[in-house]
Amino acid sequence: MRLDSARKAYAEELVRIGEEDERVVVLDADLSSSTGTREFGKMFPDRFFNVGVAEQCLVDVAAGLAVSGKTVFASSFAMFLAGRAFEQVRNTVAHDHLNVKLVATHAGITVGEDGSSHQCVEDLALMRAVPGMRVIAPADPEETRQAVRTAHSEEGPFYLRIPRPKVPVIFDSSHEFRLGKVYVVRDGSDLTIASTGMMLYNSLETANALEKEGYSVRVLHVPTLKPVTKTEIVKAASETGTIFTIEDHNVIGGLGSLVTEIVSKHRPCQVHRFGIPDVFGRSGKHDLLLEEFGLSPDRLRNRIKKILEERV
Amino acid sequence: MTFTVENGFIGKQLPMTRMDLRQTACRVRAKALRAITRAGSGHPGGSLSCADLLVFLYFEWMKPVDEFILSKGHAAPALYAVLAEKGVIKEKELEGLRKPWSRLQGHPNRKTLPLLPVSTGSLGHGLAVGTGIALAKKLDKSPARVFVMLGDGELDEGEVWEALALAGHKNLDNLIAVVDRNNLQLDGRTEEILSLEPLKEKISSFKWAVTECDGHDFESIRRAFSEPHPGRPLCVIARTVKGKGVSFMEGNPAYHGKPLTEEELERALDEIRLC
Repeated sequence: MRLDSARKAYAEELVRIGEEDERVVVLDADLSSSTGTREFGKMFPDRFFNVGVAEQCLVDVAAGLAVSGKTVFASSFAMFLAGRAFEQVRNTVAHDHLNVKLVATHAGITVGEDGSSHQCVEDLALMRAVPGMRVIAPADPEETRQAVRTAHSEEGPFYLRIPRPKVPVIFDSSHEFRLGKVYVVRDGSDLTIASTGMMLYNSLETANALEKEGYSVRVLHVPTLKPVTKTEIVKAASETGTIFTIEDHNVIGGLGSLVTEIVSKHRPCQVHRFGIPDVFGRSGKHDLLLEEFGLSPDRLRNRIKKILEERV
Repeated sequence: MTFTVENGFIGKQLPMTRMDLRQTACRVRAKALRAITRAGSGHPGGSLSCADLLVFLYFEWMKPVDEFILSKGHAAPALYAVLAEKGVIKEKELEGLRKPWSRLQGHPNRKTLPLLPVSTGSLGHGLAVGTGIALAKKLDKSPARVFVMLGDGELDEGEVWEALALAGHKNLDNLIAVVDRNNLQLDGRTEEILSLEPLKEKISSFKWAVTECDGHDFESIRRAFSEPHPGRPLCVIARTVKGKGVSFMEGNPAYHGKPLTEEELERALDEIRLC
């Protein structure tokens, strides 16, 4: 398993897009060395605006640049972009369907030691509830690069969620990211694991472990939480029954809710939502926290097995 | 995007005398109040306090390439009345104010009225959006200026001060903020609820040029907007009276968000006709 940084992938792709398209401007709120936008700033100082520690202003200044014909990328941590500036995102950027790409880094509990104040586990719920917002949580650096490119090429608002730690590399350049597509990363017939963002790796590990115990596990990767194509989710419900959703997010409002909303209408089945169980996070190394919240491959295998065995 | 004469946002600039401006402002007041009463809800007080400023900007001061944001979006009836006076929208449309099918939503809505640069209504957004537009104009080497009208109560919002800091820091001399300083907000007097004074000094300290005027005297308004402000954004603090032009509304916070009854409207229109 090779680890690489999705933030670095974002930073590099942004510079490439900046070279190709001079309408692109980038904004940050004093976190450019953490989010990666500093690289763009170094290359294109005229098209980079650091507004200081002021996220509400960040989002509305982005809106002003967008109404003037610019394609705007605005970055901060998920907590401050989706959280602090929610009303600016909702009432200006999304309401007027402006060409602003919100790229939020350090999302979820995997931000680690900074603790609960910085661990945004509500952003997918918030952004999913905003009309017209496209919401993407890429799995790894390659998918991040492609998602950034998609956000650039499609008109209107996007929310991209990028984790802090280096993540396992899963895809190579043969991967084709499509907005809204659900990927069957691994086929199986007994049960389905659906995950989003960097949890794909743990899902695959869990599926491999369960396979050794005789379960045939399908793994769905859902990088786009909105809009989403329902087909593969409904098919999984119909062909494998039970679906387990795994996300670095509150179990309320994110992928678990999305899958439940879809199957409850089209093909009702059991959905077990694994994520942050509606509590605030705490400080710790990110892999330790995943263990604590039952989201490491070992813990996931045991939790799933327990449910499956109790059912029999 | 830029709104030009062709799409009629600013419309033709006709040379106007002081008397023309006054009479236009009277018609704007009458139209706004009629629309609010017909709608059965709305914000008459703050619409009247900024009416003269809007008329000055739209009929004399702004050029077709300029942008205008009504950050105090609840004064939408006054803006709509100005657009009707300009012939940008039909006068009959004012009857649809606050109706679901109307372009004239309760607060300025770019989705229904695309000639607006941005939707407003939730307080505190306009100056930051205007700052973004001003940055874009600089980047594009455009001569356009950006005008943003704020309420004084609106200045309680922290985001306004974030934008004041940024625009001053970036030397945005193409950005002009207008504060409708009527001293009243929804719950009462601004100085009792959350004091703003010394406002001029506060905004100056954010690296802005600041000038004050009587917001109901066109000569005074013209002098304030003529203030040179090289390398700095300009803030015009316009001293105004909430409900200006209707004796029983003037300075009365009760008319912040309450429409006039039919009977009150008739009395108000009688007073406005005399002006």
